[in-house]
Amino acid sequence: MQAFTDLFVSLDSTTATNAKVAALRHYLEQAPAGDAAWAIYIVSGRRAKRLAGRPLLKDALQTLTGYPEWMVLDAYATVGDFAETASLLTEEVRATDARGDQHSLAYWMEQEILPLADLDEEAKKQKLMDWWQRLPQLSAFLVTKLITGGLRVGVSQTLVARAVAELADLPRDVITHRLMGEWQPGAGWFAELIDPDITADLSSRPYPFYLASPLEHEPAELGAREQWLAEWKWDGIRAQLVKRGGEISLWSRGEELMTERFPEVIAAAASLDDCVLDGELLAWKDQVLPFAELQRRIGRKTVGKKLLADVPVRLLVYDCLEHAGSDLRSQPMQARRDTAEQLTDGADERIGTSPLLTAQSWEALAEAREGSRERGVEGLMLKAADSPYLTGRKKGAWWKWKVEPLTVDAVMIYAQAGSGRRATLFTDYTFAVWTEQDGERSLVPIAKAYSGLTDAEINKLNRWIRANTIERFGPVRSVSAEQVFELAFEGINASTRHKSGVALRFPRIARWRTDMQPEDANTLGQVQDLLQLYGNT
Amino acid sequence: MPLVELTDKGLYCPAGDFYVDPWRPVPRAVITHGHADHARPGSGLYFAEASGIPILRQRLGADLKAHPLAYGESLALGRARVSLHPAGHILGSAQVRIEVDGEVWVITGDFKRDEDPTCAAFEPVTCDTLITEATFALPIYRWPDIDVVAADIFRWWQANAEQGRASVLFCYALGKAQRVLAALMTHTQQRVLLHGAAVPLTNIYRKAGVAMLPTEPALEAEVEKKFAGELIIAPPGANGTAWMKRFGDCGTGFCSGWMLLRGNRRRRGYDRGFVMSDHADWPALIQTIEESQARQVLATHGRSDILVRYLTERGMRAAELRTEFGDEDLAAEA
Ligand SMILES: [Zn+2]
Ligand SMILES: [Zn+2]
Repeated sequence: MQAFTDLFVSLDSTTATNAKVAALRHYLEQAPAGDAAWAIYIVSGRRAKRLAGRPLLKDALQTLTGYPEWMVLDAYATVGDFAETASLLTEEVRATDARGDQHSLAYWMEQEILPLADLDEEAKKQKLMDWWQRLPQLSAFLVTKLITGGLRVGVSQTLVARAVAELADLPRDVITHRLMGEWQPGAGWFAELIDPDITADLSSRPYPFYLASPLEHEPAELGAREQWLAEWKWDGIRAQLVKRGGEISLWSRGEELMTERFPEVIAAAASLDDCVLDGELLAWKDQVLPFAELQRRIGRKTVGKKLLADVPVRLLVYDCLEHAGSDLRSQPMQARRDTAEQLTDGADERIGTSPLLTAQSWEALAEAREGSRERGVEGLMLKAADSPYLTGRKKGAWWKWKVEPLTVDAVMIYAQAGSGRRATLFTDYTFAVWTEQDGERSLVPIAKAYSGLTDAEINKLNRWIRANTIERFGPVRSVSAEQVFELAFEGINASTRHKSGVALRFPRIARWRTDMQPEDANTLGQVQDLLQLYGNT
Repeated sequence: MPLVELTDKGLYCPAGDFYVDPWRPVPRAVITHGHADHARPGSGLYFAEASGIPILRQRLGADLKAHPLAYGESLALGRARVSLHPAGHILGSAQVRIEVDGEVWVITGDFKRDEDPTCAAFEPVTCDTLITEATFALPIYRWPDIDVVAADIFRWWQANAEQGRASVLFCYALGKAQRVLAALMTHTQQRVLLHGAAVPLTNIYRKAGVAMLPTEPALEAEVEKKFAGELIIAPPGANGTAWMKRFGDCGTGFCSGWMLLRGNRRRRGYDRGFVMSDHADWPALIQTIEESQARQVLATHGRSDILVRYLTERGMRAAELRTEFGDEDLAAEA
């Protein structure tokens, strides 16, 4: 546990990506394979199920320290994290010889932490009290964190992939792919992860998604119209349908397995050949339904009959990445698209292809784009007909040409209570984007926004804010930088009054991006690009 | 009638017709220490511990009218007897003991009980009523050993130096900066650079005989434009200003009790947070209240609500006193 505690300290005490990669790589080199696997599992934000609830922790903490309940809760409100509160409050009952623990991380996970699930509440409480007294403060914090859910140390999937790729001396794409999906940490799994034989791909895993970039110039600058495929830009959930050896799975961009959530799509895929299709899940009844409808299907592991009938879902395919076992990603977009059309031709209506727009000129396309709102789409997608399928946010092959030209994905950092009827609710939020200097990332506030969420979302967000407050300044709370929101705005101007150097006009929340990690939010550089394009100075 | 009462100008002793750390100008002010929330300009006469007077002159004006007192020296003001006692907070910091007709009140001002070679160590004083600070009045706050923290700072500085980077350590210019300079002496003899705001105060400490690492104003070192491997001490307000640009790619650290909490460390955007406070932690607060044998406790600063509720539940007479004192680390950041 001590080596992992040291890793945690290294990761937590720097904001520099390079330093984090180095620390993680160093740990993975030294650690036994089992520990390395668990470390990857933990730092990349995966979580075991919650093994002890807040009431149990509070009870154990009160029994051990003798402090009244209100004091424990006040301490928690100040600290903002229950595991940390416990590790601090127990400092006075901690054995003076509490030293680095000799057991491995894998031992802790497999022999101590996960077996808690089989214990009754009283036995769990005794375990907790024992650990808090016996482990040094930081290890006590980490163990408690692992019991109550996950640990966030500002490490993205990309960063983990970088460290592993350096260690294994393999391309990062390969590692990213191997890290995707569901896996069980263990020595064997880690050996597979760094296995130099990259032909061995025995999984149901999806490919890394390619993400479109916002079009920041006139489309005519892209070249001739006929070199580009134009589709509607759907407002749904990006997904890859993977069918290999007859086994079907459905994956979100956030690498979440969604197979059980969309049974109608899975059923429709039964008639397809083995393939990997890239497309968009949409709520659909004769035509696309608003995103809010689709949201009723998100976040539910399984769906009841009524919801299935109320909000049927359809997969609109726009790319084919693999067919009958061969990887098509290096083929031109046009060829992949043709394959996708042939594959889905005659399939159940729950799987279709996203139609191409036939408008012959950029002008005609622009005109068609004006009708986006009525169609319930966000604008157009432009895809280079001869481009391979790229990875991540690489610019150039796919452009989103939205009707709403200006949006930014930003991280919430402050919340403030509203006034009047909403004085008890946090309804005013401050959002930030990433800025990078000398390889170090930090968040800089970009906008405040007050509207755009439904009442249900506001309630949900309020519960989250209360549980994740870092600090209070009067009516304002700083919250941990975890939640990403898509902000829409009408214009952008340079501003000397704002630290970011830009001011957004009429910013509002377009969507709560629960599918995004904070690391995925936009950068100040990207916002400044928008300023260059649209700012009126 | 209470010996000390809260007025719109500050804590007032009617029997002696003087104020303690007033926030508005008054004829006679007894000052616990030189931090800005305790020592404000415009009063007629300032009573303070002798080694704290140069600090007051530096901050409030050279022509300030001051009456120096030694620790333990007793002074008659009206019907009150007033004496100052070491508070262990910064150079010249004092608790104020007030005695009227056999009744004793003690105002702790800011205090701490951790080791600090830059000022006289805290001495407990018995009293009937204790007015105590409560900046960190929650049992989560327990300060680590200063030697451990100093070793951490030194290692961080050396690690940055190995990468050819400067280390900029932000800490409050009065008290914290000098405490760091003294604590690092067990590790090195190397010269440290100072932001302009910390220079005159550090000189005052030196004149008072406090042993610290040699220092030089960062401004003078700038001629060579080489800061790689240097440690620079600067007030938190300098962070993010143009002044920082000269150091190029540098490591940044912040010294404060608030750095005990991970959320604070992460939010403030410094590379490193070092837990070092000149205020009492929870055990020191409780120990001080017990040793004072006070029948009544009045709490100011920070989490006085917590302290009062805790003491009340344990059967003590306790109440909050809403002063305008704050914490210098937070004030310096705002
Ligand atoms: Zn002070
Ligand atoms: Zn103070």
